[in-house]
Amino acid sequence: MNSRIPPTPLPSLSIQSTQCLRARIRRRHVAERRFRFYGFSAMVLTLAVLVLVFSFILSKSYTAFQENVLSLRIAIDSAMIDSKGNPLTADYRELIQKAVAGLFPAVTDRHDRHLLFSLISEGAPYALRALVTRQRQQAKRDGNIIVDVLLSDEADQFLKGHITAHVSEKERKIKDLQVTWLKELQARGLIHSRFNITLFTAGDSREPELAGILGAVTGSFYLVIVTLGLSFPVGVASAVYLEEFAPRNRLTDMIEVNINNLAAVPSVVFGLLGLAVFLNGLSFPRSAPLVGGFVLSLLILPTIILAARAALKAVPLSIREAALGIGASKMQSILHHVLPLAMPGIMTGTILGLAHALGESAPLLMIGMVAFVVDTPVTLLDPATVLPVQIYLWADSPERAFLEKTAAAIVVLLGFLIAMNTIAIMVRIKFERRW
Amino acid sequence: MSLSSKKDAQRVSLGDSLLVETACAKLAARNVNVFYGEKHAIKDVTLDINCNEVTALIGPSGCGKSTFLRCLNRMNDTIDTCRVTGTITLDGENIYASKVDSVYLRTRVGMVFQKPNPFPKSIFENVAYGPRIHGLTSSRSELESVVLTSLERAGLLEEVRDRLHASGISLSGGQQQRLCIARAIAVSPEVILMDEPCSALDPIATAKIEELIDELQHNFTIVIVTHSMQQAARVSQRTAFFHLGELVECGGTEQIFTNPVNRLTQGYITGRFG
Amino acid sequence: MHVLTLLAVLLCISLLGFRISQSRALSLARTAGLHSLPYHHGQFASLAILLPGLGVILLWSLLEAPLALWLALDHLPVPPNLADGEVRLLIAEISNIAAGYGGRQDPALLAAAWHYRELRQTSFTLAASVAVSVSLGGLVFAWRRVTPSHQARNSVERVLKIFMILCSALAVLTTAGIILSLLFEAFRFFVHVPFTAFLFGLEWSPQKALPAEQIGAVFGAVPLFTGTLLIASIAMLVATPLGLLTAIYTAEYAAPHIRTVAKPLLEILAGIPTVVYGFFAALMVAPALRDTGAMFGISISSESALAAGVVMGIMIIPFVSSLADDIMSAVPQSLREGSLGLGATQSETIRRVVLPAALPGIIGGILLAASRAIGETMIVVMAAGLSAHLTANPFAAVTTVTVQIVTLLVGDQEFDSPKTLAAFALGLVLFVVTLALNFVALQVVRKYREQYE
Repeated sequence: MNSRIPPTPLPSLSIQSTQCLRARIRRRHVAERRFRFYGFSAMVLTLAVLVLVFSFILSKSYTAFQENVLSLRIAIDSAMIDSKGNPLTADYRELIQKAVAGLFPAVTDRHDRHLLFSLISEGAPYALRALVTRQRQQAKRDGNIIVDVLLSDEADQFLKGHITAHVSEKERKIKDLQVTWLKELQARGLIHSRFNITLFTAGDSREPELAGILGAVTGSFYLVIVTLGLSFPVGVASAVYLEEFAPRNRLTDMIEVNINNLAAVPSVVFGLLGLAVFLNGLSFPRSAPLVGGFVLSLLILPTIILAARAALKAVPLSIREAALGIGASKMQSILHHVLPLAMPGIMTGTILGLAHALGESAPLLMIGMVAFVVDTPVTLLDPATVLPVQIYLWADSPERAFLEKTAAAIVVLLGFLIAMNTIAIMVRIKFERRW
Repeated sequence: MSLSSKKDAQRVSLGDSLLVETACAKLAARNVNVFYGEKHAIKDVTLDINCNEVTALIGPSGCGKSTFLRCLNRMNDTIDTCRVTGTITLDGENIYASKVDSVYLRTRVGMVFQKPNPFPKSIFENVAYGPRIHGLTSSRSELESVVLTSLERAGLLEEVRDRLHASGISLSGGQQQRLCIARAIAVSPEVILMDEPCSALDPIATAKIEELIDELQHNFTIVIVTHSMQQAARVSQRTAFFHLGELVECGGTEQIFTNPVNRLTQGYITGRFG
Repeated sequence: MHVLTLLAVLLCISLLGFRISQSRALSLARTAGLHSLPYHHGQFASLAILLPGLGVILLWSLLEAPLALWLALDHLPVPPNLADGEVRLLIAEISNIAAGYGGRQDPALLAAAWHYRELRQTSFTLAASVAVSVSLGGLVFAWRRVTPSHQARNSVERVLKIFMILCSALAVLTTAGIILSLLFEAFRFFVHVPFTAFLFGLEWSPQKALPAEQIGAVFGAVPLFTGTLLIASIAMLVATPLGLLTAIYTAEYAAPHIRTVAKPLLEILAGIPTVVYGFFAALMVAPALRDTGAMFGISISSESALAAGVVMGIMIIPFVSSLADDIMSAVPQSLREGSLGLGATQSETIRRVVLPAALPGIIGGILLAASRAIGETMIVVMAAGLSAHLTANPFAAVTTVTVQIVTLLVGDQEFDSPKTLAAFALGLVLFVVTLALNFVALQVVRKYREQYE
């Protein structure tokens, strides 16, 4: 084959000289660097926004973890406490007001005194009563008791610097007179700042300084439990059936298409479904974690099914064949061998689904969990709210003090989510096998 | 790299059927070592590739012939863990020198891959891709003539002349590989590297490609990796035998196959291993 | 006795049945060869006890409350042509009184409430006894079925399989439930407001008090559709370039260690709850935009579509980028090598070979992201406006379909009024649109994947 007349040579294609070619290649390299830079800066910009969001929230939240209190010495008349040591009903509000008035004897004008008393939180009398009940023997002996009362939200915000005296008096909630008093009390060392226990031990309240996230956190906890209990068995059972048993026919295809589509339905629509079917159709109690759990289970069911199917698919055929080979039935081979091996992947998917459910708020608004719920729910049927909805409600409130509380609640929520995601990743790293 | 013209082969044609070419090393490899991370894949290879010749690289699977081939156009740069030492020169210039632009290198050294990989574009667009990005033509009609000529050189034009705008993927395996050859020819390289070009093809398509290689060798320097000794015997003038990353023996094809010097070569040729 | 106690009783019976059947099977095993293991017989017994018992309880809990109310209502001297709403009010009053919350001191009402409570007690006792006897029957039935030839394991596995099939059917049931409930309530709405007036009407002010015949005029949803489209478009304008470019960098250029760090970080953006984005939009982005606009003399509303759209776009970036990344990674390496072998730079390879090859999949991803943008709720509830304006101005305040759904339902409206039913009509439109988008997108992505796998 090497003895043929050589064909005519290829016409020279480089009409441009090699120098032109080289120059063009240089330009192309510049374009390459530019393109790569665009991609890199897009990524950096996106991550910068992430950092921005986090730092914004953190910056708004850190003051919420402190609360300002005023130390008052309240005179306790021994007649208020009976011989057995039980405090008789007394007007604790009056006691507090007397003590406060005692700090500023010069204030006599009625309107001014009203301003003075409004520096103290509305919840102070209840705190005083609780303290007197706890320490009644000592109070009876001493004839007085020292109590730390919360300041009102405006005073609290002023001391934290969120309301400044630079703004004209008409445009702020705290008046010049009150500013003077607060500064005076600070100078006397009667005001100090302590860790904000109220935020973590109280339920919701109209008064910002008394509002806490305990009710919302408990509600979220119950909700996650109900969602887990409903969606995990159903999701795993569906996945096992679809992956292992279902014949490849039109019906199975339809189920699969359905699951994929459900995964992309907006969450409000699930709220509408819950409203129409669970609340109106089946008369479930409104605002209960049970209903919320039902709705959110349906919401995250596709996620769990898809994750479980992927985990089951990853288990190699050899395991199933080995089990069948020693005489196990198909169900046994799956329950005893395949499912345990797929469990890490299934758990990772479930934890991620639950993290998603924990942050959901839109469908819960429709089923009533947006009501003003003060008490911490005790059973699954009590009205409750959840942390994301609490955040939404507080964000909507006009009082300045709710801003930092909302940010703090967001920090708590993000903390839970980071914890859950970390657990999911740890499960995946530690237990998942690569076949 | 130097401003040498693209065609500097010293060819002597005797006007008759015989063709004699004076050997000139188009590519020269000296003490080439290739590492994939810790793995020492190519060990101290020294080899010459002559112009307008077909050089075959043979050896059992895993012996490093594809790895070596990919060094010749710096395709190994795309693999992060790959490290190449030694020198490989194209017309006397080291292609691994730091100022060498691999984009320019690949206009002079083209490649055809094992599994045909036409772009999911039309046949015309596939062949026009190279000339377009390098700006080799200045008008549409010029581009068309380049495409048609390349398709003709690759022996594909007759079969696809009336459907140049059909998708390249719609062709048969053999046709796709010829399309890839046409695509490589379209930028007028000086060397064409072929990495087991027929291994995914049926015998008829293989025969067509071998015929094509035979025609192309007159205008291009061809290096072909093949696992088929018969193919190497058919198409090449020089053969290099690789074994476990080392160049065991290199010489004229006839000599290698009839009278190998090295015992390993003999073992491979006679089918004792590989 | 409480429902929980009843359930506990059933559980005890089933445990008892398990033990009894298992021990009988064990004793039989010594003399004859069994098909199934003793604990399979035990499982069979438990199922034979629990399933009928639970079935009775489920049936009772679904039917008894409305039934009892119905019967109590019969007791009342109710005038026959009372409006539907007033009957419901009566029912609510009766159940409130019966639950101890007190109500009107009408003797007839009180008598009805008493009657209702008694009915419920008796029905519960009835149901409890039926459930227990059925369970005990199951116990006996299972015990008698413990024979060497009984294929207990097969029966148990069959029950398990039926359970699995029912669970899988739940997905279809949910979709059906969504469609049916939306359609049902939406039709009740379209009785009040004609379909065309809803879909094509230009004024949306449900708060206006109008007589019943004219109410169709204020339920025109076009401003809602335009508002939704405006905000979603802004979001896609932000998310598509940023998401695609990020994906190109992480898929094609980034070194492996950068990729392993960057991808999880981008996933974090997707995992942030939407309330947090809403807070960020309402309290940082919107005021910043308004102040910036004021600096340049442009009046930007504090509830502008731009603020909501930009933050929504940020939320969507990870969707676009992670899907685009997966899709580009699915393009075979051989195509890239073919292009590089011809002397193309990496950016040329990406722009001329990889992206065109990946285009169908990327378009599918963009459609999915758009569907997400249209259905997003919390960001717009917190950052966008409440009143409907028909405008294309991104600086103006607009409202969207999802905001109106929430606003209409989170109020004190009674369930039947056109206002609350309008929410369902809006929900129906939203569901249909997102379903269509998702369906097309998933088909496109699936066909693209089949090409390469």
